[in-house]
Amino acid sequence: MGEAIVITSGKGGVGKTTTTANIGTALALMEKKVCLIDTDIGLRNLDVVMGLENRIIYDIVDVIEERCKLKQALIKDKRFESLFVLPAAQTSDKSSVTSTGMQKIINELKQDYDYIVIDCPAGIEQGFQNAIVGADKAIVVTTPEKSSVRDGDRIIGLLEKEDIDPPSLVINRIRNHMMKNGDMLDVDDIVQILSIDLIGIVTDDDEVIKASNQGEPVVIHPSSKASIAYRNIARRILGETVPLQSLEEKKSIFQKVKSFFGQRA
Amino acid sequence: MLDSKQRITIKGTRDGLTLLIDDSCSFEEAVNELREKIAESRPNKEEPIVSVTVQLGNRYLNNVQKEHLRYLISEENRFTIHSFESNVVHKDEALAWREESEIKSVNKIVRSGQILNVTGDLLLIGDVNPGGKVISTGNIYILGNLRGIAHAGREGDRNAIIAASYMKPSQLRIADYISRAPDYEADGVYMECGLVDEKQDKIIIDRIQVLPHLRKDLSGFERRMHNG
Repeated sequence: MGEAIVITSGKGGVGKTTTTANIGTALALMEKKVCLIDTDIGLRNLDVVMGLENRIIYDIVDVIEERCKLKQALIKDKRFESLFVLPAAQTSDKSSVTSTGMQKIINELKQDYDYIVIDCPAGIEQGFQNAIVGADKAIVVTTPEKSSVRDGDRIIGLLEKEDIDPPSLVINRIRNHMMKNGDMLDVDDIVQILSIDLIGIVTDDDEVIKASNQGEPVVIHPSSKASIAYRNIARRILGETVPLQSLEEKKSIFQKVKSFFGQRA
Repeated sequence: MLDSKQRITIKGTRDGLTLLIDDSCSFEEAVNELREKIAESRPNKEEPIVSVTVQLGNRYLNNVQKEHLRYLISEENRFTIHSFESNVVHKDEALAWREESEIKSVNKIVRSGQILNVTGDLLLIGDVNPGGKVISTGNIYILGNLRGIAHAGREGDRNAIIAASYMKPSQLRIADYISRAPDYEADGVYMECGLVDEKQDKIIIDRIQVLPHLRKDLSGFERRMHNG
């Protein structure tokens, strides 16, 4: 029986899709059987980031409306045998996607896959509800900006009402020099406000954008900092204890962060 | 009348008259006798209006009956009812009274978009995050960080206070007063409280240590009795 993890944030543009693609690919790298689901109906992106856009024949709406079998809609990744993507529909009619329909798909996928990673749409409407309904765990993505943290807090509040494990936090797009100057929220500040477990920090890396545009998750290239960050998150999901990545050569902030992380166990 | 027992006793005190109504007779009997008593004593018109405290003993009067008595006593414009005093209260009133005087303790984080609304005092063990809101009819005590909005004395109690371990609220509201955080980025303060300052006619923030001087009745059961 697999585990379903929803990647959510509330605010748009903080990197949910990138995080989904990279965590999923990293888990596949560690020889897990992984299926990614894009639930952002009408604005599908996950397939583009994964470079699988051209291979779509059926999508999630076709599955729910029983125009095809679930297995027919799954797209196998170019690079990994054990990685699949269930794309969203590009039509704007979202009404056919219901919570029960989603639940059914996720339950079916859980039989065959170790991890199901769900990319949640922005916002807190029906699309959000559909994305979290089948999830066992949630990862909240935020950037070190006030608005993003505020929306993340709102989402955590909503998740607490659901039958789901307490969510974990990924802080994305950290710019170290800005954080040091105090122009960006500190990792400590964010963790203090949201008061949930920190599962990873990802620096703002040009490689991420470059890789996305090439349709290759950055996590495949082990050289970049962001890639290592995503791999670390995947390892933590598997239950390993991995220290947080150092943001810089000096260890000032890192030490503080580490002490926070140490409190989790 | 057969029995000579007085149903209505009138006593003069420094603050006016006290009207004792025997609680073993029926309301009609008491009203009849009261009407006679008032008819008997007709002081001249120049005398000032006398305030009357009505003591009901173990009798419960509903609002209609109270109105009736009020009408009867103040009919001639010579008396005015200051208050009714009774040993008994209605169960609903008692429950509402208890509700208002209780401290509700809640253990959670009030996150953005969430509203925690209680009757009585609120003791929150946890944080109020930016965008979150806590409201009470009484005081608000927060064992944690207040970064959102706190509204004490919702029903208009200007004596209500807001105390927090760490205060960096976006707004403080007490009764109909509102104060907001300054536009510039400021650090929060530890162990402080917000309360309405009568002289300045606004909400001020001060150390928790000043509370015993400014809100003397904050501690203990006595205040709750007063509130009821």
